[in-house]
Amino acid sequence: MHVTRDFSHYVKDLGAGLKHIDLAVEGVSCAGCMAKIERGLSALPDVTLARVNLTDRRVALEWKQGTLDPAKFIDRLAELGYKAYPFEKASAEATEAEESRFLLRCLGVAAFATMNVMMLSIPVWSGNVSDMLPEQRDFFHWLSAVIALPAAAYAGQPFFRSAWLALKTGNVNMDVPICIGVILALCMSIVETFHHAEHAYFDAAIMLLTFLLVGRYLDQNMRRRTRAVAGNLAALKAETATKFIGADEISEVPVAAVRAGDLVLLRPGERCAVDGVVVEGRSEIDQSLITGETLYVPAEQGTAVYAGSLNISGTLRVRVSAAAEGTLLAEITRLLDNALQARSRYMRLADRASRLYAPVVHATAALTVLGWVLAGATWHDAIVTGIAVLIITCPCALGLAIPTVQTVASGAMFKSGVLLNAGDAIERLAEAEHVIFDKTGTLTLPELEVVNAAAIPADVFSVAGQLALSSHHPVAAAVAQAAKSRSPLMGAVEEPGQGVRAVVDGVELRLGRPSFCGAEALVAQNASVDPEASVVAFSRGDQTYLFSVRQGLRRDAAKIVAGLQRRGIKVEILSGDREAAVAAAAKALGVAEWRAGVTPADKIARIEELKRAGVKVMMVGDGMNDAPSLAAAHVSMSPISAAHLSQATADLVFLGRPLAPVLAAVDYARKALHLMRQNLWLAVLYNFLAVPLAISGVVTPLIAAAAMSGSSILVMLNALRARKVREEAASWK
Amino acid sequence: MEVMIILVPLALALGLAGLVGFLWSLKSGQYEDLEGAAWRAIADDDQPAPPQPDAAPSRS
Repeated sequence: MHVTRDFSHYVKDLGAGLKHIDLAVEGVSCAGCMAKIERGLSALPDVTLARVNLTDRRVALEWKQGTLDPAKFIDRLAELGYKAYPFEKASAEATEAEESRFLLRCLGVAAFATMNVMMLSIPVWSGNVSDMLPEQRDFFHWLSAVIALPAAAYAGQPFFRSAWLALKTGNVNMDVPICIGVILALCMSIVETFHHAEHAYFDAAIMLLTFLLVGRYLDQNMRRRTRAVAGNLAALKAETATKFIGADEISEVPVAAVRAGDLVLLRPGERCAVDGVVVEGRSEIDQSLITGETLYVPAEQGTAVYAGSLNISGTLRVRVSAAAEGTLLAEITRLLDNALQARSRYMRLADRASRLYAPVVHATAALTVLGWVLAGATWHDAIVTGIAVLIITCPCALGLAIPTVQTVASGAMFKSGVLLNAGDAIERLAEAEHVIFDKTGTLTLPELEVVNAAAIPADVFSVAGQLALSSHHPVAAAVAQAAKSRSPLMGAVEEPGQGVRAVVDGVELRLGRPSFCGAEALVAQNASVDPEASVVAFSRGDQTYLFSVRQGLRRDAAKIVAGLQRRGIKVEILSGDREAAVAAAAKALGVAEWRAGVTPADKIARIEELKRAGVKVMMVGDGMNDAPSLAAAHVSMSPISAAHLSQATADLVFLGRPLAPVLAAVDYARKALHLMRQNLWLAVLYNFLAVPLAISGVVTPLIAAAAMSGSSILVMLNALRARKVREEAASWK
Repeated sequence: MEVMIILVPLALALGLAGLVGFLWSLKSGQYEDLEGAAWRAIADDDQPAPPQPDAAPSRS
């Protein structure tokens, strides 16, 4: 059979005979890589553009239509030492990129206007106390109006839109007081300018927009960055399927190009990328990513397989079925939908703050107006003072208080291997007081490791490892990995479903099923010692050995669990695996609360039970069976090796083999929440000082501008502290 | 004060030039890859032809 790689799904036609493809590249980290990749790819004939994006870790390529096959780029990058995968921009990512460009444009316009209005305001402020002619002042005010009004109309769009959306649904968000403040300040300034008054607030209004746009852009940029990384990860997982395009002809295609009814080939050691039903072949499959069960399940004609299943021993032909056809999947999808609906009710800290803030501010302004009128001031003076209150309380620092901390904290988390999926995840993570871990793939590593390596003579181990290189079987792969074997044995023959054999120096070597190697006696013996492990036998002549293979715990799991408990967080294990396996893991980690053989519905029930008791639950899991509980929990986390569905549902995703990022994330989140609260209090304190001044009517535009920028800078500087957590807390380092 | 007739339009024109420059740089995609741009500034772009991928500095 002939295999071709078909990337036409990813290639875009730019017209004029040019083609474009985006590749996600692993391991690009510096200027050296960038230059190496760009030169290496530009050297290919017909390539017109090769440009690396270091922020997103991607390469954009353009070439003249013709003989050049996109697969050639991937091969070339492999020669240069980089793993690359074709990549398709999710539509959400394109929208976010557009949104972020729009915010930057608004910011540019607002910053330009602020600088120029300031340039006009400062002569007015100094002229008011010296010798400025009223005509000159009016001229400067009118000029300010000409700059500030169109700029505010353009740059204020993000706030006007969001405030309008909130009002339309009967809500109040932070943008409502902002819009009211800005619009009133501008209107009043025009009226005042018309009446040749001394003070106009064009500078304050436009400066407020500039500062708030900085916060808005930072927030947006953080979200965009995590989405880009998540998009790359999806591509790096190499979601391809081997599809039959003829009776005997197969082609490797992206999963997105596979339709229901297609026939795909699943070889031993491959992970299934689609849902479907086996139509031909006989094998064992590892469903642990779906159910948490580590025992292999036999697969034959009619067995349903799900995306994420690992094929173990034989080759299978699978008929692709439509997504939610399988009963297990349909059940999980239903639970997931319910849980997601329930989750959207969480109210972010910023919204909670603004819900309190807006009425207080508007009441204060109204009372100020009334108070001055009762005290005998004219309506005009009273309204001017009331608007000054609104301007000075406009939540400038409040708007920056949370996004700045979030940006700094998410950058720090990123460095310790944690990606944020949800914008408000930091707040929720900081509140977690009870962690539920899934076992398989979360506390344990997804790969298998040899547990009894010490009991096997080193020379036997190394030759078994060499022989294992010739097999596709994942258990054999674990043996090869443990033996650090590099060179396969010549003339090794794989017997499907049995094992591999080879003859070296006239002695026959066999690796595979115990029956294949004549080692049944050892199996019974091993079963009493370690009933959970999978076994693979090895024979050399008439000597026989047994390798015991199982998923190992993450190396630092015990330390991290202890660290969580030290921080007052309760730890619990809920697993779909067998009781003996879960009990062993719980004992090794010192976790008292655990349950085995749990179904997705049971997990949700347990979370609901804790929720009712008022406990904020964090769920850490990787399996498809965990997806609904990930959504149901207050906050959730997944390892990068998790099933697609779970990763998309989780609020945070952590990278790498250690469990340390879980603890690091908790520490950073707690610190960040602390700083967010501190920042909000700083903003309140500022108001507490400035509002009496405004009420008493002595706030000039100069004071408003100084107070606004002062408080914003204070809040931003405070946010920078989120980069570091205290040394004694950082025991995960 | 006649000097204002020149100075004010001049200041505004300079500010506008800055804004137009910023909008142009944004439109031409110069803010798409801030990290890469930082590194490109210090990379040697005048390497002798023909390009030799292996001669490029190794990953650090």
